[in-house]
Amino acid sequence: MSQTVVQDRDAAQTDTKLDVELRKVFKVFNGETAVRGIDLTIRQGEFFSILGPSGCGKTTTLRLIAGFEKPTGGEVLIRGKSMVNVPPYQRPVNTVFQSYALFNHMTVWDNVAFGLRLKKCSKSELQERVGAALQLVKMEAFARRFPAQLSGGQQQRVALARALVNRPTVVLLDEPLGALDLKLRKEMQVELSNLHQELGVTFVMVTHDQEEALSLSDRIAVMNGGRIEQIGSPSEIYEHPQTPFVADFIGDTNLFQGRVGSIYGSTLQVITPKGLEILVKSQQAWADLPSQSKDVVVSVRPEKIHIGASESGESINCYEGTLKHVMYLGTHVHCVVELRSGDSLTVLQPNQSHRLPELHSVVQVYWSAADCLALPV
Amino acid sequence: MATTPLAESSAASGWQRRLANLIQPIVLLLPSGLWLTLLLVAPTLLILELSLIPGFRLGQPAGSYGLGNYLEVFQPVYLQVIGRSLGFAVGTTIVCLLLGFPVAYWIAIKAPKHWRNLLLVGFVLPLWTSSLLRAYAWITILRPSGLLNTVLELFGLPGQSWLNRSPAVLIGLTYSFLPYMVLILYASLEKLDRRLLEAAADLGATPQQSFWKITVPQTLPGIAAGGLLVFIASLGDFVVPELLGGASSMTVSRLIYNQFLGATRNWGLGSSFSMLLILAVSIAIALLLKYGDRSAARS
Repeated sequence: MSQTVVQDRDAAQTDTKLDVELRKVFKVFNGETAVRGIDLTIRQGEFFSILGPSGCGKTTTLRLIAGFEKPTGGEVLIRGKSMVNVPPYQRPVNTVFQSYALFNHMTVWDNVAFGLRLKKCSKSELQERVGAALQLVKMEAFARRFPAQLSGGQQQRVALARALVNRPTVVLLDEPLGALDLKLRKEMQVELSNLHQELGVTFVMVTHDQEEALSLSDRIAVMNGGRIEQIGSPSEIYEHPQTPFVADFIGDTNLFQGRVGSIYGSTLQVITPKGLEILVKSQQAWADLPSQSKDVVVSVRPEKIHIGASESGESINCYEGTLKHVMYLGTHVHCVVELRSGDSLTVLQPNQSHRLPELHSVVQVYWSAADCLALPV
Repeated sequence: MATTPLAESSAASGWQRRLANLIQPIVLLLPSGLWLTLLLVAPTLLILELSLIPGFRLGQPAGSYGLGNYLEVFQPVYLQVIGRSLGFAVGTTIVCLLLGFPVAYWIAIKAPKHWRNLLLVGFVLPLWTSSLLRAYAWITILRPSGLLNTVLELFGLPGQSWLNRSPAVLIGLTYSFLPYMVLILYASLEKLDRRLLEAAADLGATPQQSFWKITVPQTLPGIAAGGLLVFIASLGDFVVPELLGGASSMTVSRLIYNQFLGATRNWGLGSSFSMLLILAVSIAIALLLKYGDRSAARS
């Protein structure tokens, strides 16, 4: 598999100052490479997410920025200064840990005041800033409590306040909402987003939850196997994935291995080994158009596929199949259609008034050539 | 259908099960209960009775009950003995803590993982020999022509007479109980959540600041458990002060021994001292249960 070189082009071009920069960073643990040459630039005030499956090296990347790990190779810069020989306690970053790591022998107030006390902050300023930080996360009523007396969501808020009170250049968040239940997670997502807008501080968040990354971030880096697969805005990542991994990891998709047959202008004809012919209108995923008989992967999002006869009567990407499975999801209906070729296709239909065809009946599915992507293998 | 015979049989054996529930605790607890009653509770009660008979001596007609023995304890000469015993116990606890913490810290946090158990075993090894043997070993080191003086003279330093003085007792007690302290502190330090140290560093704490603000407070229950255990053990120890202490280092434990088996044979006074020692140790155990790290103490 040829590895695509991901360059963080647009970030380097813009004039906005950079807060964090990773240059060809490698990290090896006992002979196992966790991070394989990462280039990353994070702008000032940005909400940046590092997204990937577990074991992809995203937490290691965050720990490299925080200083808990030293890079085996490469360089980490914060505000243009090399951090190679700077210990964690001298870096202008603060971390919200996955497990919160609150000091359970201290009250909420003392937890939040910890960083300021170390900086020999004056008493009046300490009072003011700790109070303000607790107010920011709506925890001022719990200042005298101990962490063990708080719920998970409340501990999360204290952890946030403890990091924010120090006014760091960058706030690092390691799966900050991972331990919360779904409802609380949704609430905290909104609060995180509000906090970020209110404070204007750079947030770098590590998460495996694609929905969380898509809804919160200005930009996302998708990691896999210690490498960055793609960096871009949520819509770029979702609409124009550059690798099959990104297409598959972000949202649901149908992937077809195939080979480029003929090329008509900017439209490719891709032929799968099972004989399916798919027309793909070329997108910017390709630096230059793939040549004939090159191996590609075609990605079609389930919500871009329609069931029933094509309204325009066109026969582009229109196939016959059997409706194998229907799952009712409320707002949508999730269908599985087995095509004549034997390929299984996942289709997401909006729940409209018209009735779906009978189960096991023969149906037609179609999608527009502009609604699918051909990705390099 | 299949459940009917099953239900019948369980109803029939209901009284058997009830009987078993009644007998089970008795069968399980009786042997150790008898053992404890015969060898611990009864003798303690006997000593309690003797302590309430002023001036009881074996072979002499017993006097009437009274608190004379306890009042006698308050004589200056005895108060001095009690004070010395407490001093040895507190001193041993402090020295064990100062020596034990760095060792336990290093084994639990800094040493390579696969070396930890071996290092611990090495530290506990002295516990496998008899305490009497260990005290004799120290005599050979501390005596006038012993190892310590030989080494001192090698460096041109004057030899000292170490034996039969308080420092010898302190050395002996520390040697005896340091392994307990190390084990308990290790158990406590090993449980220390490293993420808290990372969080402290993240908030700007240097390693020294992290140690005093996080590590020490987090292991305070272990420190309390280790300290109280060493205190209890060294307060009641007899072998070390008897063999290394000499005439000038009279402790409560030696005093009790003398009252029962020595020249004076005042069993009444010895009993009152025994009761006071039991009381002191009980208070320490109560403190241990309240403030100590119980899981660490258990190990």
